[in-house]
Amino acid sequence: MTDALAMRRQGPPLDAAVYLVVCLVGAFLMTVGAAMSKDPLFQFEAEIFIVGFLAGAAMLLMGIMGGAFRPEPEKYMDGVIRAGVIATLFWGVVGMLVGVVIAAQLAFPRIMYLPDFGPLNFGRLRPLHTSGVIFAFGGNALIATSFYVVQRTCRARLFGGVTPWFVFWGYQLFIVSAALGYLAGITRSQEYAEPEWMTTLWLVVIWVAYLLVFLGTIWKRKEPHIYVANWFYLAFIVTIAILVLVNNMELPVGLLNHRSYPVWAGVESAMVQWWYGHNAVGFFLTAGFLAMMYYFVPKRAERPIYSYRLSIVHFWALIFIYIWAGPHHLHYTALPQWTQTLGMTFSIMLWMPSWGGMINGLMTLSGAWDKLRTDPVVRMLVVSLAFYGMATFEGPVMSIRTVNALSHYTDWTIGHVHSGALGWVGFVTFGSVYCMVPWLWKKERLYSNSLVEWHFWIATTGILLYITSMWVNGIMEGLMWREYTPQGFLAYSFAETVSARHVGNVVRLVGGLMYLSGVFIMVYNCWRTVRMPSVERAPTLAMLPAAAAIAAE
Amino acid sequence: MAGSPWKAHGALERHSLLLLIGIVIVVAIGGLVEIVPLFYLHNTIEPVQGMRPYTPLELEGRDIYIREGCYVCHSQMIRSLRDEVERYGHYSLAAESMYDHPFQWGAHRQGPDLARVGGKYSDGWHRDHLTNPRSVVPESVMPPYRFLAETTLDYRDVADKMRTMRALGVPYTDDDIKNAVQDLRDQDDPTASPTGLHARYGKNVNIRDFAGDPGRITEMDALIAYLQMLGTLVDFSTYQADAPNNLR
Repeated sequence: MTDALAMRRQGPPLDAAVYLVVCLVGAFLMTVGAAMSKDPLFQFEAEIFIVGFLAGAAMLLMGIMGGAFRPEPEKYMDGVIRAGVIATLFWGVVGMLVGVVIAAQLAFPRIMYLPDFGPLNFGRLRPLHTSGVIFAFGGNALIATSFYVVQRTCRARLFGGVTPWFVFWGYQLFIVSAALGYLAGITRSQEYAEPEWMTTLWLVVIWVAYLLVFLGTIWKRKEPHIYVANWFYLAFIVTIAILVLVNNMELPVGLLNHRSYPVWAGVESAMVQWWYGHNAVGFFLTAGFLAMMYYFVPKRAERPIYSYRLSIVHFWALIFIYIWAGPHHLHYTALPQWTQTLGMTFSIMLWMPSWGGMINGLMTLSGAWDKLRTDPVVRMLVVSLAFYGMATFEGPVMSIRTVNALSHYTDWTIGHVHSGALGWVGFVTFGSVYCMVPWLWKKERLYSNSLVEWHFWIATTGILLYITSMWVNGIMEGLMWREYTPQGFLAYSFAETVSARHVGNVVRLVGGLMYLSGVFIMVYNCWRTVRMPSVERAPTLAMLPAAAAIAAE
Repeated sequence: MAGSPWKAHGALERHSLLLLIGIVIVVAIGGLVEIVPLFYLHNTIEPVQGMRPYTPLELEGRDIYIREGCYVCHSQMIRSLRDEVERYGHYSLAAESMYDHPFQWGAHRQGPDLARVGGKYSDGWHRDHLTNPRSVVPESVMPPYRFLAETTLDYRDVADKMRTMRALGVPYTDDDIKNAVQDLRDQDDPTASPTGLHARYGKNVNIRDFAGDPGRITEMDALIAYLQMLGTLVDFSTYQADAPNNLR
């Protein structure tokens, strides 16, 4: 963005040309690598990248020839956000569909497996589901909303020319490479950090570009203050970078081998993994989505954030305390007890800053509570905060050693994760997407509010079925494992606890199906909204969001 | 800085780099306090008798265990709780996973813990169970792994894997790495001479045709070899759980 006018005169923009070269060189290197390697899984991974790079090069070429990259510094860059919204919906459907399939596998193992086809087994699909919903659905939602929010609250166009597009498409390539890799059996076996070294390296490149776009836009801002949502986005981007770098310290078996082994072993490996794992929750699924909350709740309710001071206190407290919480995944294990105790103590303390965020969001509706009745999108956002409050209360309870003795290794944990993932992350994303779709495609309103109502009620009922069935399953199996007969023998074999979970597994499948149907309703509603006639109400840089007024306080 | 702290916070809100540095400092503290001491506190990993690195065949089996995502449903960490110790055996020690890059403790039990599954069932049971879990455990929800018995093990890079492990601190010797391929073949072959394997990995190493398919080394062989050694290495007759050194 050195000199937009000069670039216009020179014809093809420099940054697009640079990315074109990157794509072609990448495709060439990958072709050479695939040809030299004797490892079929490495070749498979390389082929994904070749296709990705060539597709990228083709898009860039068409863009350059068609003049699509001509900079328009006086307007917000919304194309990449529209693409992000579509990607969010697409990956949401994929990730949740895989979730429904693996729920069906646990409920009906006799019909849902193919004995001679490994790629569709539970062990390979489950990482696809978790990464699909966290990184593909959630990640795209975070990238798209952060691009939306940072432009509006800074009153500046996204920094970096075509770099935001590079971030978007590069991130999709990361997702496809990780996802197909899981199906092929490429995995590091560390939960939520399964992608192998090559895919992770690519993610690092994308993430640096993402950070630069975000920071660069903040540097260009016309507002004196950085709005609170951007603190949360920044904490999310920076901390995820640290977590990924440390947890992925690993040595490839060879430069032409897909496999790598991490530097960490045994107990240290466990501690690093759960320091990473719990903060993937803390910074990806919490800080990032709180940022969405801090923009879309006040914007949609047309009220300023309840308390500026509360947002300062709970921001710093949240990011300071979250980082300590990892060891509560390792109670009664071979991890030294001092570490377990620290993890538990901070996990309990974490309740307060978490509820600080919930209170700040809920109280923003002061004076606008009637919107709960009249605007189903506001209701979705508010209920997401209610689920956030519930999950962040349940979490500290489960982190207490004696409670954890019962809950750990059981379905209770799965239920807890889903009350956060479906209730909080899912609903706040749906609410934000429902806000953004008419704004981005310049429509007066959504196609149908009553379809949003249907989505809301089907999804909410689905979540309740999901989490109650997992409470029942989890507490039941936890109690059965430790049940003794009067003679002092263990009362149940492990297999008996597996069959006792069958009914819960079926109820969970129904709940998941309902939640997925809600997403289908949403996709239909968004698609019809996009097809509605546009109203010409182009957003200009001068538009100041109501929420940003707080920053000037 | 005088004045209200809220005003002082304004500096962070106006300077993105200050904000960024503040975030990095605040999030670094917890991780540093919890992780760094684990590397220098000597009592993090107990001294035990009997731990050895994986044999080449077991190492390949472990990679198949990882590839198939077994860790998703099976833990390898027996907690120090009465029912777990009675169900699965002695609670897991930190030393038992000291050569595991990465750890395989798991987080969930759709199926039972496997930390000490070694020697608990016969090779034939494992083969039947992996081929069709419901043929031996009707309640099971585990996927079938028939294809493992039909897939020849690809162990061309086993020496590279051991070299990588050694670079990370696993005590493989030059001898171990030089003989990796031969050791791998010998372990699955009851007719081969066991001398080399015994010299390098001890007398307790399992040597037999694990999947019952003479003349072939399949992924099933490797996986069963791995399962059959889990939790069997530490000599608990010499381990005193309540010695002051071992109380953590």
